[in-house]
Amino acid sequence: MNVQNLTAFDPFADEGDPLAQNDSVGSQQDYIHIRIQQRNGRKTLTTLQGLPKEYDARKLLKAFKKEFACNGNLVDDEEAGQVIQLQGDQRIKISTFLVEEGIPKATIKIHGF
Amino acid sequence: MSEEPLFDPSLKKRKKKQVAFSEDPLGADADPTAPAPATIDDTTTNGDVVDMGPKTAHERMKSNGDAGEDGAEGGEKAEDDDLKAMFGDLKKKKKKKKELPLDLDAEGSGTSTPVAGATEDLDFSDMKKKKKKKAATLEAFEKEINESKGKDKDADDEDVPDGLPEEIDEAELGDDPFAAGAGGGGAVSTDAGNEPWLKSDRDYTYPELLQRFYNQLHAANPALLNSAGKRYTIAPPQLAREGNKKTIFANVTDICRRMHRQPEHVIQYMFAEMGTTGSVDGSGRLVIKGRFQQKQVEHVLRRYIVEYVTCKTCKSPDTLLTKENRIFFLACESCGSRRSVNAIKTGFQAQVGRRSRNKTG
Repeated sequence: MNVQNLTAFDPFADEGDPLAQNDSVGSQQDYIHIRIQQRNGRKTLTTLQGLPKEYDARKLLKAFKKEFACNGNLVDDEEAGQVIQLQGDQRIKISTFLVEEGIPKATIKIHGF
Repeated sequence: MSEEPLFDPSLKKRKKKQVAFSEDPLGADADPTAPAPATIDDTTTNGDVVDMGPKTAHERMKSNGDAGEDGAEGGEKAEDDDLKAMFGDLKKKKKKKKELPLDLDAEGSGTSTPVAGATEDLDFSDMKKKKKKKAATLEAFEKEINESKGKDKDADDEDVPDGLPEEIDEAELGDDPFAAGAGGGGAVSTDAGNEPWLKSDRDYTYPELLQRFYNQLHAANPALLNSAGKRYTIAPPQLAREGNKKTIFANVTDICRRMHRQPEHVIQYMFAEMGTTGSVDGSGRLVIKGRFQQKQVEHVLRRYIVEYVTCKTCKSPDTLLTKENRIFFLACESCGSRRSVNAIKTGFQAQVGRRSRNKTG
């Protein structure tokens, strides 16, 4: 009697965690994240994380600083890589700037309140 | 996500504008175990419209369907209206033309004759005027003008009702042979038998069949159309300031119960989005570091709902969030769809405040 159901192989057996090796599962790696942080008083800080490799963060920072008339700097983070920090709430300005430079809007994610 | 509502650039700039704090429609004593009502408000409490993404397929089809029916069944009606509009225009034109000579008459009757002659081929009533004019003196002529003015109005009123029904009859007979066929054939339902392809050799098109499907579906399940009427309401967040630098979010647990989500998950998301930290105090209130307004917290909650509560397929908030293999899955209770959702990640946090405090901690 050769019935498939009675063979030793169980097609429904648990194969373990198929995603165990893959750290990027569920992460948002392909997004450009624009975040905001509160400082003291009404001051805020805008961070831009996840810039694609083909863009030069330093040149972009220079353009940002000139365009938005704010100060800012570049931070090297172990996890996030190069992060651009800008003073003040520049989220929408950054977003429109990047979109105008040809970055698809779907890849830009704005966080914050 | 592209559907995400954009930020209000003036959000921070505005000085504490007091938001009208509308009471929870369900009241404070509403049973929290009862399922939450079922649509998410498109507007914030202060009336700003927030884009919650596309509507459900049913809602779209409903609006399409209405338009389609207007196009097909209401075709005669539309024509009818067109005719009326045309007649309305004619009426106006006639009156204007008539008024012109009449006004001139009042000033000097002698000049009126050529003008009346110019409009004579258009206006039936003016011809009458001309015939009578031959024998009339000036005074009599003016009287008659007044009379004819009245007659003109009568003529207009008669003309239009006479003309209109005929036109409509023609339109009905000429344009809608299928309706008559359906009536004779003894249609099963209101929609069946009305399809335009029945009486011709052509194949049915996909949109026609789709429309037919939705018509029948909605005829069988009227409840599907009512989803637009239901609203998913959640009590507005109640915020209070603790000291100068902390905000207390009083009704977190209540809101989490409404959304059927673990408070830990909601709080984690809020902290990640707002870029702060905080804790839950003894009475279940959330203490957030930093100053936040009710509007801002509401905005964050709204995005949480869009991302982790509503089903992406049917927009129903009746969903379950489960964790499998370190990934969160959102399973819809009403349509059965299941999809993975993004993990909550805080991302890069810039160094804010004094460094010395950070080093010791």
